[in-house]
Amino acid sequence: MNLVVCLKQVFSTEAKIRISPDGRAVSDEGVEWVMSPYDEYALEEAIRIKEATGAGTIIAISIGPDRCTPMLRSALALGADRALHLKDPMFDSVDALGVARALAAAIRRNPCDMVLFGRMGVGMDQGVIPAMVAELLGAPMAGLVVKITVDAEKVRCVREIDGGSEVVEMALPAVVTAQKGLNEPRIANLKGIMAAKKKPLDLLTAADLGLAAPDLQDVRLVHESYELPAPRTAARLLQGDPADTARQLVQILRNEAKVI
Amino acid sequence: MAKTILVFIETRESKIRKSSIEALSAARRLAPENTLAAAVLGPCDDAATLAHYGAGQVYTVNSGSLASFSADMYSAGLNAIVEMVKPDYIAGSATIFGRELFGRLAAKLGRTPASDCVEMHWNNGEIKLVRPVYSGKARSTVSFRGDPPSLFTLRPNVFPADSPDVSRSCEVSAVEMAIQAGTASVTLVEVLKPDTAELDASEAQVVVSGGRAMKGPDNFEILRKLVSVIPNAALGASRAAVDSGWIDHHYQVGQTGKVVSPQLYIACGISGAIQHLAGMSSSKCIVAVNKDPEAPIFKVADYGIVGDLFEIVPKLTEEFKKLLAS
Ligand SMILES: Cc1cc2nc3c(=O)[nH]c(=O)nc-3n(C[C@H](O)[C@H](O)[C@H](O)COP(=O)(O)OP(=O)(O)OC[C@H]3O[C@@H](n4cnc5c(N)ncnc54)[C@H](O)[C@@H]3O)c2cc1C
Ligand SMILES: Nc1ncnc2c1ncn2[C@@H]1O[C@H](COP(=O)(O)O)[C@@H](O)[C@H]1O
Repeated sequence: MNLVVCLKQVFSTEAKIRISPDGRAVSDEGVEWVMSPYDEYALEEAIRIKEATGAGTIIAISIGPDRCTPMLRSALALGADRALHLKDPMFDSVDALGVARALAAAIRRNPCDMVLFGRMGVGMDQGVIPAMVAELLGAPMAGLVVKITVDAEKVRCVREIDGGSEVVEMALPAVVTAQKGLNEPRIANLKGIMAAKKKPLDLLTAADLGLAAPDLQDVRLVHESYELPAPRTAARLLQGDPADTARQLVQILRNEAKVI
Repeated sequence: MAKTILVFIETRESKIRKSSIEALSAARRLAPENTLAAAVLGPCDDAATLAHYGAGQVYTVNSGSLASFSADMYSAGLNAIVEMVKPDYIAGSATIFGRELFGRLAAKLGRTPASDCVEMHWNNGEIKLVRPVYSGKARSTVSFRGDPPSLFTLRPNVFPADSPDVSRSCEVSAVEMAIQAGTASVTLVEVLKPDTAELDASEAQVVVSGGRAMKGPDNFEILRKLVSVIPNAALGASRAAVDSGWIDHHYQVGQTGKVVSPQLYIACGISGAIQHLAGMSSSKCIVAVNKDPEAPIFKVADYGIVGDLFEIVPKLTEEFKKLLAS
């Protein structure tokens, strides 16, 4: 079984968010970059599927600048066989459509049985690229998957839906997005880190993928400005006898906050 | 010039979902002079009631391949309506299914959707939207470029649903879809009903969450009791409680869990880590129960009770019961 995993590099979830003085961008100064947490589940699942089926290759793909290299190396250390780093100045200004087009182009050139994504890239929190890629590839998709069982020509997934979950089946090739609960990602060991140094990590430009400027400059969604949310004021603290404070709080919620 | 907004209406068991009524109401409030149309796919019993919320025209597509949710089939069906209506905007609710559907349709149309928006303004005849980024640690104002249609989804539970005006009515027309029945490429095998008919935290008016302080699975019963005395309330948890194996991960609230924005959020024995705040800081009113007066959760909470949750929560349950019974 050949698998592709798409990995996005994002701010560490602890990062303090600062906005540039002109309000047009989020500053990445001093921020630690990590693999998006949901993508860790996707990668781990690919490695487990490969271990279970005993054959095939895992290709990890990321679109981003130079700083993505260590993330792709760590994917190789964990168990991916090959990494494709899609890097081109043209990718810097694309929106989700451009990212999806580039990923779809790279996947088409590396036919596989399954493409695994995280359910969303934390940070921009869009959660749309996997469905866009699935559409561009004409492949079926199961999103927010918490369990995957594969056989030769189909995949069975448990996916979350609002207020529950359901079991679905898809013919291969198929797209899935990983939700928390799918697995517990492993940590790279020394042997893996050494092996990763010898695994191929290829740089590909837009031209290598057959993408032309109009495909990528077709920006439809513009992030005009950023702002920090209005700070919440510190809580009004109630202390003392539990029965009294409980009574006070419920009265406040009804009469002051008017939320019950 | 007035624009046309097409709102995708999601159903469950043939009934319109509340989040879709919210999206329709929000679209109407935005610019009443606009033309508002609603798109209903698959079986639906109450399509005609969409007029009560401002729809001027309802389009339906109902074929066998839409009996279960498969975003590829639904995007083909919705596209059939889009080709006919030629809307300027296509709106929907950012439910799990809505996000997938809008991603599919956007790629088909060569667009990028704005997903999970929490504010919307009408600005010089165009829609501008605000979406939370970095799990609510920042907000971004977005706008669209290029030719119509532009696509966006609205976060559930943020935009109020209008009360229905039952005197209104509109035409409901059935649209044909080219795809044949039974070709859905995602086959539904089985729906796994949750063990109980519990309300999901993302749809609840009140969320009561427990953290590491719960110390074990059994103590969640204390919180369940509180949930059970409040109408439209649901249970939530911090990642510490989920990772300890005390409660299933679908209860997790936060950056790698659910984002909730209820009227009232009650955090019990949760410290208020940045990743947890990401999932609940847009709640209207936040209450924290924590024995540590320095806990960071008190910096975002509106009201706090400093003390032991095992003493306080049962008292709260009594008080809520008394108040809500009277
Ligand atoms: C990539 C990543 C993603 C994450 N995503 C999430 C997420 O989605 N959601 C999430 O919640 N966390 C998430 N976390 C984890 C987060 O950083 C915190 O570790 C977690 O939220 C802590 O949970 P807690 O508040 O329950 O536990 P703690 O931080 O241990 O806090 C327990 C609190 O309970 C109080 N307490 C103890 N006993 C009592 C008592 N008897 N009565 C009253 N109060 C008491 C203590 O004073 C303390 O404040 C994530 C972390 C990472 C790295
Ligand atoms: N720049 C990127 N490179 C590789 N994969 C990406 C990139 N952006 C998004 N993805 C994938 O798409 C998923 C959803 O991203 P998003 O739609 O941006 O929330 C991520 O979890 C990744 O698997």
